[in-house]
Amino acid sequence: MIGADHERRQAAFREFAEQEIAPNAATFDRTGAVHPDVVSSLAKQGWLGGAISSEYGGQGWDNLTYGLLCAELGRACSSTRSLLTVHSMVAHTIERWGTADQKARWLPSLATGEAIAAFCLTEPETGSDAKSVKAAIDVHGDVCRVTAAKRWTTFGLLADVVLVIGRAGDAPAAILVETDTPGVTRRPVEGLLGLRAAMVGDIDMQACEVPAANLVGKPGFGFSHVASTTLDHGRFSVAWGCVGAAEGCLDASLDHAATRHQFGAPLASHQLVRRLLSDMLTGVRSARLLSQSAADMRDRKAVGALAETMMAKYHASQVFARTASDAVQIHGAVGCTPDHPVERHYRDAKIMQIIEGSDEMQQLTICEFGLKDRRAQRGRP
Amino acid sequence: MAEQPAGGVAADAEHKRAIRAFLVRELDDDSLRDDEDIFEAGYVNSLFAMELVTFIEGTFDMTIDNEDLELENFSSVERIAALVESKAGALSPR
Repeated sequence: MIGADHERRQAAFREFAEQEIAPNAATFDRTGAVHPDVVSSLAKQGWLGGAISSEYGGQGWDNLTYGLLCAELGRACSSTRSLLTVHSMVAHTIERWGTADQKARWLPSLATGEAIAAFCLTEPETGSDAKSVKAAIDVHGDVCRVTAAKRWTTFGLLADVVLVIGRAGDAPAAILVETDTPGVTRRPVEGLLGLRAAMVGDIDMQACEVPAANLVGKPGFGFSHVASTTLDHGRFSVAWGCVGAAEGCLDASLDHAATRHQFGAPLASHQLVRRLLSDMLTGVRSARLLSQSAADMRDRKAVGALAETMMAKYHASQVFARTASDAVQIHGAVGCTPDHPVERHYRDAKIMQIIEGSDEMQQLTICEFGLKDRRAQRGRP
Repeated sequence: MAEQPAGGVAADAEHKRAIRAFLVRELDDDSLRDDEDIFEAGYVNSLFAMELVTFIEGTFDMTIDNEDLELENFSSVERIAALVESKAGALSPR
């Protein structure tokens, strides 16, 4: 649960986000990039290493603290929060499944933000069916030759190193590729509906020669353990980011409804607006509690943490989408104008229902956990 | 903190019981034998793989590392118990 330390950290996260990010979020959105000064500020705070152990120069936070940071960044700017998400996804995966040499080489620079990481999974013909990736990771002794066409890599334009999911022969495999490797080309993806400042890039790799020592996990475990770990961490981060962004929409709506008068009374006195606000409040509260539960289960390494995290991401992304939509509705025309936070949140929210496993993939999967639990509760014949 | 072992043979049996109970629950197969290869039986997907790692780490208070990622380490009740034994000696389940 949230204690004094967590409250103190949350207050620091919010102060930073309100001062350094929120006033600039519309500009980031319009220009298609989070300003380098913000990346530097996050790094200087040490927060890009929040999910990394102190042994490697990170903060060694518990899951709740990391979640609270995701929420406060998400409240201000989902694109900026996405930087923390993808960077931490890869850092966590290296710490989880990397070799001692990989940890020693990468984690200290990722913890300080000296290096930025991103995750390359999606391909032109591979989205939700992630096991069908075609990227070739051909192992030739001490060298791997990587040939891949990766799409929609969040912060792919900024990353110094990317974790690439592909195949070594028939075996799912994962490998770290530095983006200055000869054969790597990057192109910006422009005009996206949301996350416009997330420096999304298409990344092609043409027979890039990479040390075989960069393989993360053994071939065969690239999807079941490596990519699954990365995505699980991403779902946790996105869940909290949605909680914060939805709270931002809610607070803006409460303020607007209390101060905007129509028909001689504040909007908040009109019954249909009150209904919207009540649903928003209930949704945001439930998403936060579910995300807190996921954080607690992850800290305890509880069986079921995976399912709880999926449910948190699924629920929080839906709550964010509904809350952002209702926030625009309450704000009326002003909520449809460029540069208004709820307008940006409304566009960003749709992306959250797609990334790190679409709503439909979560719907297909979550019920399986319930069926399994109920089977166990009923006992066996 | 895990309790001290009750003894090698007893601890091994206790580990196997905990592992079997987890696998039976996850795989919905009461007839699962301790030496049965769960991969050959076609049980494994990425969700199960992740839950199995979480179960081992949470139950036996240990960390599964990169070097433990060998298919045979996770292929049966007996193999998982052997992995647990090799990593932690005779720690009892929580």
